[in-house]
Amino acid sequence: MDALDRKLLRDFARLWAQFLAIALVLAAGVAIMLMSLGMSRSLEDTRDTYYERNRFADVFADARSAPRSMLGAIRAIEGVAIAEARVTTRATLSIADKTGTTVAHFASLPETREPMLNVPILRSGRWPDPLSTSEVLLNQPFAEANGLRPGDGFTANINGAERELTVAGLALSPEFIYTIGPGSLVPDNEDFGIVWMPERALSGLLGRTGAFDNLAIMLRPGFRAEPVIEELDRLLEPYGSWGAHDRDTQTSHSFVEGEITQLRVLAYVLPPIFLGITVFLVNMVMGRIVKLERTEIGLLKALGYSKLTIALHYVLLAGLVAAVGVGLGWIAGSWLSYGLARLYAQFFDFPYLVYNVSWWPYIASGLIGFAAASAGAVNAAMKAASLSPAIAMQPPAPPRYERNWFDRAMAALRLSQPSMMIVRSIVRWPLRAAFSVLGMALAVSILVASNFFPDALDEIIDTAFWQSNRQHAMLYFNDAVPETALEEARRLPGVVQAEGQQYFSAILRHEHREKQTPIEARRPDADLSRVVDADGQIINAPPDGIMLSERLAEQLGLGVGDLVEIEFLGSRQGTYEIPVTRLVTQYFGLGAYMDQETLDRMFQQAPQVSVINLTLDASQRDAFEAALYDIPMLAGSTMMDENRQSFEDTISQNVLVTTTTYLLLGALITFGVAYNGARIQLSERARELASLRILGFTRGEVAYILMGEIMLLAVVAQPLGWALGWFFAKSMVEGFSSDLYAIPLILNPDTFASASLVVLAAAFVSVLLVARRLGQLNLVSVMKTRE
Amino acid sequence: MNTPDPNPVFRTEGLTKVYDTGEVKVFALAGVDLELFAGEFAVLLGPSGSGKSTLLNVLGGLDSATEGRVWFRDLELTALADRGLTRFRRDHVGFVFQFYNLVPSLTARENVQLVTDVSINPMTPEEALDRVGLAHRMDHFPAEMSGGEQQRVAIARAVAKRPEVLLCDEPTGALDSTTGVQVLEVLRHVNDEMGTSTVVITHNAEIRRMAHRVIWFQDGKIVNVDVNTERVAPSEIAW
Repeated sequence: MDALDRKLLRDFARLWAQFLAIALVLAAGVAIMLMSLGMSRSLEDTRDTYYERNRFADVFADARSAPRSMLGAIRAIEGVAIAEARVTTRATLSIADKTGTTVAHFASLPETREPMLNVPILRSGRWPDPLSTSEVLLNQPFAEANGLRPGDGFTANINGAERELTVAGLALSPEFIYTIGPGSLVPDNEDFGIVWMPERALSGLLGRTGAFDNLAIMLRPGFRAEPVIEELDRLLEPYGSWGAHDRDTQTSHSFVEGEITQLRVLAYVLPPIFLGITVFLVNMVMGRIVKLERTEIGLLKALGYSKLTIALHYVLLAGLVAAVGVGLGWIAGSWLSYGLARLYAQFFDFPYLVYNVSWWPYIASGLIGFAAASAGAVNAAMKAASLSPAIAMQPPAPPRYERNWFDRAMAALRLSQPSMMIVRSIVRWPLRAAFSVLGMALAVSILVASNFFPDALDEIIDTAFWQSNRQHAMLYFNDAVPETALEEARRLPGVVQAEGQQYFSAILRHEHREKQTPIEARRPDADLSRVVDADGQIINAPPDGIMLSERLAEQLGLGVGDLVEIEFLGSRQGTYEIPVTRLVTQYFGLGAYMDQETLDRMFQQAPQVSVINLTLDASQRDAFEAALYDIPMLAGSTMMDENRQSFEDTISQNVLVTTTTYLLLGALITFGVAYNGARIQLSERARELASLRILGFTRGEVAYILMGEIMLLAVVAQPLGWALGWFFAKSMVEGFSSDLYAIPLILNPDTFASASLVVLAAAFVSVLLVARRLGQLNLVSVMKTRE
Repeated sequence: MNTPDPNPVFRTEGLTKVYDTGEVKVFALAGVDLELFAGEFAVLLGPSGSGKSTLLNVLGGLDSATEGRVWFRDLELTALADRGLTRFRRDHVGFVFQFYNLVPSLTARENVQLVTDVSINPMTPEEALDRVGLAHRMDHFPAEMSGGEQQRVAIARAVAKRPEVLLCDEPTGALDSTTGVQVLEVLRHVNDEMGTSTVVITHNAEIRRMAHRVIWFQDGKIVNVDVNTERVAPSEIAW
């Protein structure tokens, strides 16, 4: 090892604390990049492989009941490669020793062969006998959550008929990677399952022999979905079409896709912040090192070392920092990816391992990490290389301070001399101060943008569960039932109050825009399920038109007073033009609301309901749940407290992990910026500070000067951090907003306060670590030497 | 010209300072007994490493003794901890160093103000700077001044709090002869007018001619003390 390399290693060892502070910031960037790039790719690859191997359909369509003879015409649509028809339904299940309500989605399996599309992958047991009327496949997570194994039995109430069913095998399907029951907000494998049943048995039970209600289509390569969807809608319209759609609105697919998108967004947003701060910190620290080593550089040059060797020497020092940062980042990133994979295993049902980060995200994040550190070192290295030896061996010219308007302003403020020293130093190095402020502001903003989440969720829970939906249970029906069903519901054990609601599937059109969404109808005196706007006001749909959520109105380009064309789908078909009479701000769904009586008049129908909202006497809850099983046509039920609890559990678990992670990230950035800033202060001012000690200033007074600048910058960073945090939170809210839900931008004062507290505390601890070094200042030797 | 008060401001007894590097022990001071008197202008002379700076640092409360005792009037410095020494420096001692040690981000006036802000009975920064002949340079930053001017600011800063003692370590070491003499004149002026006991370390033997007493150091010990019966004015000194 030559002498210069030895110097490199010794410098690195001597300044380890400063370098570690930088390496940790870099590591955070590398870890997030590795995790987000690696996991988004891994998730995408796993999903694509799964889709391809098990032939996940491109287009889906639902209708009330269409004859199988239609299939010929459907297969003849240009671009259709495979079209497979199924019958499907929702039914309640009864499982031995289980009290709660269990609902399952039933789908038929072709009689003569394995399915061609959305092929379930058999995990254990065997395929059901096609001619059997009792053998079924169950989706594996549901079976496991309920302790069901091949050979076990349970009963189902299908279309009013009770059936003893036997589990033949357990399976997974690309159609149900993310399984979410009706009315649920998060997956609940215990209470919602998928049952595959031979077609002959299921269509017999549903009275749809020779017919289908669900269609899966695979397109030929190179063909687009839109024309096929249009043609399908036209062909199926007479049969109660609910509208065809592509993968984008398939529930499972859209959740997986949403996760991949979020990971990608993460990869583009967070790592650049950390890498940018790394560049700044390396630049600041290396600049100081080159300044301190001025005479050594002159000496090296005088000895005949080339410019390149000297420049490389400093770049290599930054390279060592990068090596530590990248190494730590890889470890942390692998660990994070593993953690995320475990989280995915909880929510997503894949037959293969998702955690499979390939080598390239390691290489990419590593290269970018090294590039960031080198970019930070370039300026200092160039300066070192360009110093002429004669000048280098001279001490540098002292920094020039000049009097200007600023001094007059400060004189007017009557600042003490130490305070003046703090302020002058900031003004003397404005760029460094500005970047330090920016760095700490980014730390604040990360905390604000992540801390606002729990508050937003509280607001969502409050609106969704306490204000809008005050019922204890909801019953869903496969089809609209006469309003007299309310009377039957009132007779169920424990029911105190019952109110009806009806959902209509419809396409809303305005000019060239259209959107398929359910229209909710209720009576104006409804007390259990109400429309509540963002301000907590209860709003009834006006009787002479339609009320839209702001998001839906915006998507359709509609305002109050405009006419919207509504095409009703399914059992109640027809197209109407109805005025928009009101807009309402909401967090969930693309709400469209009408008055039930207006609709009944419009359709000239007797009052009907498709959802019944109930309040219950808690003491009779078990009896109530047991009775549900016997209600024919029941497609599902939601117990609101369970729904809320599972939502809160899922969210709070994730919020805790996320909040802790971001807290750590914010603290890391602050530590990197504040610690290095203070170390450089100490290095630059050692002499000044020692002079002050000799003049009789106490350690505390001298520490004030050292800590004051960084703390002042940290304080200045707060408002900027709040503003940036608000901006990030707003962007996140907009980015996460989907048809399913919008996250309210709730920024309480305590969100800002806690973010500031964390950053100020981290800054204070960082500078305190440096201030402790003041005790080691050698007053005598500082006085005897020229800087 | 004032004559020294026979009461000592500083008194040392067997003052010893050992630098222990682990392998060798260096006796920077090897049992120094010395008295310095109020209003006295003393010059310490001796080769490098003879112990004069160490003595000055211990007297000024910058360094601690290994053995022996030091009193400032009735106050035993060797019994004080860091806090007490800081207090002592703040209230009683003015320092002047070879390399001025001004704060570059503060003007001449503000550098002096650093001290007057924390002193009990200081003169104004303007008065202190006037005493060193820099009334017209008060609002200049150190980088805008010559070495001699910077050293005069350092002296103004040292005397502004009306210290009882002024400790100067090579005050003219970084200056040429002409500016050096200007600085010596300021020191002499302060000693005459304010009665401040002044101790000056120097390598420059010429300067001894302006002192009341000259104390010679070698190997950590006082080897000789001369009393000048006749002191010369700084303007008569040249090197």
